[in-house]
Amino acid sequence: MGEASAGEPDGAHAGDAVVATRALTKRYRGGQLAVDGLHLTVPEGSVFGFLGPNGSGKTTTIRMLMGLIEPTSGTAHVLGRPMPRSARAVLPHVGALIEGPALYGFLSGRDNLLRYDAADPTADPRTRSARVAAALDRVGLTAAAGKKAKAYSLGMKQRLGLAAALLQPRRLLVLDEPTNGLDPQGMREIRTLIRALASDGTTVFLSSHLLDEIEQVCTHAAVMARGRLITQGPVAELSAGARGRLVVTTPDPADAARVLKEQGVADVVVADDRVTGEAPERDLAEVNAALVTAGVRVRGFGVERASLEEAFVALTGEGFDVAG
Amino acid sequence: MSRAEAERRVSPLWTLGLFRSELLTTFRRWRTLALLGVLAAVPVLIGVAVRIETGDGSSAGGGGGEGPAFISQITNNGLFLVFTGLAATLPFFLPMAIGVVAGDSLAGEASAGTLRYLLVAPAGRTRLLLTKYATVMAFCLVATLVVAVSALLVGALLFPLGDLTTISGTRISFGEGLVRALLIALVVAASLTGVAALGLFVSTLTNSGIAAMATTVGLLITVQILDQIPQLHALHPYLFPHYWLSFADLMREPVHWDDLTKNLGLQALYAAVFGSAAWARFTSKDVTA
Repeated sequence: MGEASAGEPDGAHAGDAVVATRALTKRYRGGQLAVDGLHLTVPEGSVFGFLGPNGSGKTTTIRMLMGLIEPTSGTAHVLGRPMPRSARAVLPHVGALIEGPALYGFLSGRDNLLRYDAADPTADPRTRSARVAAALDRVGLTAAAGKKAKAYSLGMKQRLGLAAALLQPRRLLVLDEPTNGLDPQGMREIRTLIRALASDGTTVFLSSHLLDEIEQVCTHAAVMARGRLITQGPVAELSAGARGRLVVTTPDPADAARVLKEQGVADVVVADDRVTGEAPERDLAEVNAALVTAGVRVRGFGVERASLEEAFVALTGEGFDVAG
Repeated sequence: MSRAEAERRVSPLWTLGLFRSELLTTFRRWRTLALLGVLAAVPVLIGVAVRIETGDGSSAGGGGGEGPAFISQITNNGLFLVFTGLAATLPFFLPMAIGVVAGDSLAGEASAGTLRYLLVAPAGRTRLLLTKYATVMAFCLVATLVVAVSALLVGALLFPLGDLTTISGTRISFGEGLVRALLIALVVAASLTGVAALGLFVSTLTNSGIAAMATTVGLLITVQILDQIPQLHALHPYLFPHYWLSFADLMREPVHWDDLTKNLGLQALYAAVFGSAAWARFTSKDVTA
């Protein structure tokens, strides 16, 4: 902290933000620009969704935040301290799941956690086994704790990786694709767990390719493409950015389309008995009245809110799984 | 941050937890146990072979100086099997085992992906490197002691024990012989610190455990061959295995310290050079695995 926040694009102070990067850039030795001038601000207490197609620089950003990769230029502050310089002070307060779990196959699930806990010099060895048991219980792995990790399914490995992130009370959780490899029941459990952690005040930084997952869980989101940050902000604002569409269901679609155009509705599209168009600024009740006055029989009338996925496509101009 | 920090009173001793965990992890691998098993089998093979060979009363090695050092004396005193066992395993078996463990130490964690979680824990790069090196050194000691203890047991089972004759021809008691054997085992373990540092450095260069192990063992073999080429005489004093067999000088009366100190100095030099190189590399590298 103590650094001037003047000139920061979104006006946030490094002290308020759990993660704050400024002009963060990483160019790999091959010359490939993985992350390009990133200004990212993760507010304290948020569940922050980090979105982007494969190859957009999400993982490189996460690795820089965790001190695994040195930025080429720019700065990254985590919990108000510079990374990677303050890694030893910051990281005990951060739990992370990066690019899937990695385990010692020849050790049991419990022994894996004991080892990761021993790697943290601030972890109290006297409470180690109790904390490991609590973390296993939290992710539902108590029954399988004694099994060798190589016998675990992908979902169980994912849970064990999550347990490793939960060995201590954390201020920030960085979860890279946490529901990968889980069945629907497991996904729901993990989402419930994330909500519970967030309600305890833990900030959660969640990268995912499942947009509905981000929409369900996250309060804030950022979108990356080709190494650049395209947008960030509260999820509600992001999806509101792509305007909703007016949808009229009617047995007289041709008449309805004509009336809607007269009423100033742009981009009118007719598909069977559905007529859609860009919702106009004026009161929609008047539009409906105009339809009825013109003798159009209306079965349904309303505005469909844009989903985050539509917002995403509008922002990046591409499908989600296309590599940048 | 102050709230969470106040909750955690950190003892400096906790930092040793990683070393303990590392030792447990290393010695719980089947691979480590298999390596130790092979090392333990070498003195058994030598002992049985010598026993069979000398069953008719002739002396082992035919007196022509063939075979590993001290082999002709085993029939008179089983304790010499300790020295023979170490002399037989030091050129390849022991350093190869060290090369496997040291080469895999960081590269193996990288290829399994566990390195990133250790660093995020946060293990600290310097602390992790020191822990790894300390563990490899502990393995050097354990591996050497496994050879020595196995040799002592086999020697005691198959051959008589008692007072022994040093290389210089003087007699020393069995008790003093045991002390010398322990001293020799320690020197042999110390002789391996150079190759251990080399292996650790190679381990920082790659994300493949297999590649690091193969490179380290390959380097060992290359250096051993170079050490045998007379034309490279000028180079020999700088090759880490050159003074390895100087441990035999501990069986002289009085002990010849020249080559022993040269050996230990050379090992310290290798440990310093490759230890620093490993540190420089590991603390600055991007962990992308």
